[in-house]
Amino acid sequence: MTARDELPVKGSKTRTQAGYIGKAEPRANAKRLLQGRGSFIDDLRFPRLAQVVFLRSPHAHAKIRKLDFSKARTAPGVIAVVDGRAVAEYCTPWVGVLSHLKGLKSAPQFPIAIDRACWQGEAVAAVVAETRAQAEDACELIVAEYDPLPAVIDMHEALAGRHVIHPDLGDNICFNREVDFGAVEAAFAKADVVVEESYSFGRHTGVCLEGRAILADYNAAEHTLTVHHATQAPHMMQDIFSKHLNIPEANVRVICRDIGGAYGIKVHVYPDEMCTAALSIMLRRPVKFVADRMESFLSDIHAREHKVKVRLAATKAGEILAFDLDDLTAIGPYSVYPRTSGIEGNQVVNLTGGPYKHQNYRAKLNVVFTNKNVTCQYRAVGHPIAVALTEGIVDLAAQKLGMDPAEFRRRNLVPDDAYPYTGAAGMKFELLSHHQCLDKLLALMDYKALRAEQAELRKKGVYRGIGLAAMIEVTNPSPAFYGVGGARISAQDGATLRLEPTGMLTVLSSVTEQGQGTEGIFAQIAATAVGVTMDKVKVITGDTSTTPYGGGTWASRGAGIGGEAVLQAGKALRSNILDIAAAILSVDKATLDVYNNEIIDAASGASRLPLAELGRVAYFRPDTLPMKFQSELMVTRHYTPREYGFTFTNGIQASLVEIHPDTGFVKLLKHWCVEDCGTVINPMLVDEQIRGGVVQGIGGALFEECHYSEDGQLLNASMADYLVPMSGEMPDIVCGHVESPTKSSELGAKGVGEAGTAGAPGAVMNAINDALAPLNARVNSMPFTPERILDALGAANAKG
Amino acid sequence: MDHTSTLTLTVNGTKVSRTVQPRTHLIDFLRDELGLTGSHIGCEHGVCGACTVRVDGTIVRGCLTLAVQCEGKAVDTVEGLSDSGELAQLQQAFHERNALQCGYCTPGMLVAALDLVKSEPDATRERIREHLSGNYCRCTGYQAIVDAIETVLVHRRKEARA
Repeated sequence: MTARDELPVKGSKTRTQAGYIGKAEPRANAKRLLQGRGSFIDDLRFPRLAQVVFLRSPHAHAKIRKLDFSKARTAPGVIAVVDGRAVAEYCTPWVGVLSHLKGLKSAPQFPIAIDRACWQGEAVAAVVAETRAQAEDACELIVAEYDPLPAVIDMHEALAGRHVIHPDLGDNICFNREVDFGAVEAAFAKADVVVEESYSFGRHTGVCLEGRAILADYNAAEHTLTVHHATQAPHMMQDIFSKHLNIPEANVRVICRDIGGAYGIKVHVYPDEMCTAALSIMLRRPVKFVADRMESFLSDIHAREHKVKVRLAATKAGEILAFDLDDLTAIGPYSVYPRTSGIEGNQVVNLTGGPYKHQNYRAKLNVVFTNKNVTCQYRAVGHPIAVALTEGIVDLAAQKLGMDPAEFRRRNLVPDDAYPYTGAAGMKFELLSHHQCLDKLLALMDYKALRAEQAELRKKGVYRGIGLAAMIEVTNPSPAFYGVGGARISAQDGATLRLEPTGMLTVLSSVTEQGQGTEGIFAQIAATAVGVTMDKVKVITGDTSTTPYGGGTWASRGAGIGGEAVLQAGKALRSNILDIAAAILSVDKATLDVYNNEIIDAASGASRLPLAELGRVAYFRPDTLPMKFQSELMVTRHYTPREYGFTFTNGIQASLVEIHPDTGFVKLLKHWCVEDCGTVINPMLVDEQIRGGVVQGIGGALFEECHYSEDGQLLNASMADYLVPMSGEMPDIVCGHVESPTKSSELGAKGVGEAGTAGAPGAVMNAINDALAPLNARVNSMPFTPERILDALGAANAKG
Repeated sequence: MDHTSTLTLTVNGTKVSRTVQPRTHLIDFLRDELGLTGSHIGCEHGVCGACTVRVDGTIVRGCLTLAVQCEGKAVDTVEGLSDSGELAQLQQAFHERNALQCGYCTPGMLVAALDLVKSEPDATRERIREHLSGNYCRCTGYQAIVDAIETVLVHRRKEARA
């Protein structure tokens, strides 16, 4: 391979389209969405399409005594009414476990509950009708009778195990883990300062604006199943439909067109979605399910219900010696398939204390079953918990030491020249930039000026707070995340690039698009790697029958893994193009290059041959090429990160808030985030990922919580009662970047999609507590509602 | 349930007539009867704004309006407002600023934004944020949307002065 064939992205001598990497290109695929011409599942129109709706358990835990379908079956438009046993004939049950999370256990789960419902909202029957309205009308005619069973709602009760939800499992513990690195006891014994605090995190959920949606179309003649699915992982779902519905893998096609928000919500196996596919086979016609808003609250995965006690040991000089963690989290009655519900707690154990250079760390984790809706991986999985509790206790330590929180962090963050570095929890970091990020953040927000202003305003009775939150983040996961545990989830992604006869470039990728800009950045990478202009590139994703095999979109992996596959395929295609050009022009390949949709003379830059002409010859007049020459204008390459279990990123956020002590209201004044995602492919899209992520994190910190009654009823399953961030309350968010490309790939990109969500809750919490400090109040239960803040102020006054 | 009535109205400039059930919401009528799937269903109780459309020049929630209430009225959806060019400036600004990600809220967001741009040419950022407070977007965090609308307002103010 000659120097000119080398990577054009950062090559100093090669004339390339390098301008596309690092450029704020608008996404071509956004245009159809702007005109209302997208293709979301509910927009698709099929002949003989039937709609399914579900009757859901009104009890948190109950034996299903009787289901009488006689009236429902005769209602207008009804095609079928089925119970769990009928659907189980077509779909086998599953168990959400992973072998590398040792001891993790769960119970078999069916598409529709059989005999017993384990949470309020679990489907107990399905009605299929010609229209949704008819199905909903018929659903009301089902007579269902239940015998309520004791419901385990509180996580401490679950741990105590007075009532065991799945008697076969012996207890309510899904998973536990204990780690003890270094000499934690000794560190606490010799510490000058020990701080301890408990934090609790409200169970919340993703609230995708488009409900979960699936349209399954079984063709009985071919025994094929085509599933139009709002999913982030089409190949994973292909495997699962094949396995549980007993259809050969190649006969299952999963298509994902436009998806109205996903954020991890749409990467799991849902019983009602499996049921929809089974019903399509049973009824031999297309069947659609779209979750309505209440169903979304009752059955979309929830996340982040944790109660955590954390201790930190430090010297009086301000050196952190050790962290000690005890985390209890509740996941509902089943571990979710196939990623399991043990990962979030496991991440908290892996990430707590992560930015700092202490070498002593102890953690205990218990993951317990309860009779609430299931929980699983939602954007930033475990990070918001780990960052908030780490940064909360770090701030408390700084306060006790009388040290500025920024300065305390500066003394303890892992130095930028220490890499590669292994943290106290055993995580391996290739290259992070905590100190550069901290410096940049403090400059960006003018930290000193803000502190001065804060002090001035306090004299006037205005309570402003500044909160910092440093973070590390798991991105570009290797097979160590799921594959090693036995889950058939690909850590690898592939890209196929094809030069079309007119010189256009088609890119097919196994990574999917939910609006984060996958297709846009892949066009930028492909154009750069091959040597064409952006307008020539068309990207296709989300179809198991046309794209290469791969993992899809989750764990901040699309750009880093899928992007590298595009780059490698682009390099290979460029080389193949030059082979053809050399044959046509009868010159040495090394004298040519591809630039601006043309073959050029590499030395002079003179135009030699448009790609459209090269395409014409290669496809339609190959008879004019040398006898033994075969052109190859379609190339596929794959990429799997292998060197590190995860390509960690880092960053730091800051929040500025104002508290109104009379009302408990928190006004968000501004938010900053400096993040290092390695090579920035499109700075606009990166910033918008950060901003959107920050606001989701703010939602968890201030508003969002799934409230359950003592008997397990979800009390706020509507958007009127479950508060989400709206534009009026959100601040402007300032973004900054440090670029430390990973050397494990040529592209050097790390993930960025979850960073905002990971750090924002901790930053907001610290800002609120900073504002409350002069009033001797402190909060540590998210979300920080006005009520909780007033309670904290009331308690402070009572102590007074 | 069997009771139906005939509904005649103008949708995106074209007169249409259909037999509908009184309980049919405008958004379901537009999507299911007319195939205008650009306006989306998000919450079905008037909170999220995904189904925002225009009826006789006023923005309404398609999920809180019955189709039969629109007898004789003029309904405009994102499809019609795109084809007429009325949304063109906003669409361009949204595109350039990446003021959408998944795009599910976008049609409702654009119709709500157009209402502000037309009725309050001097709107500030705070007013933009306030006006959009009935339109939920889970992806963007809103800032890019506010930026895009502000860009259009500034541009139109310059044009008006010139």
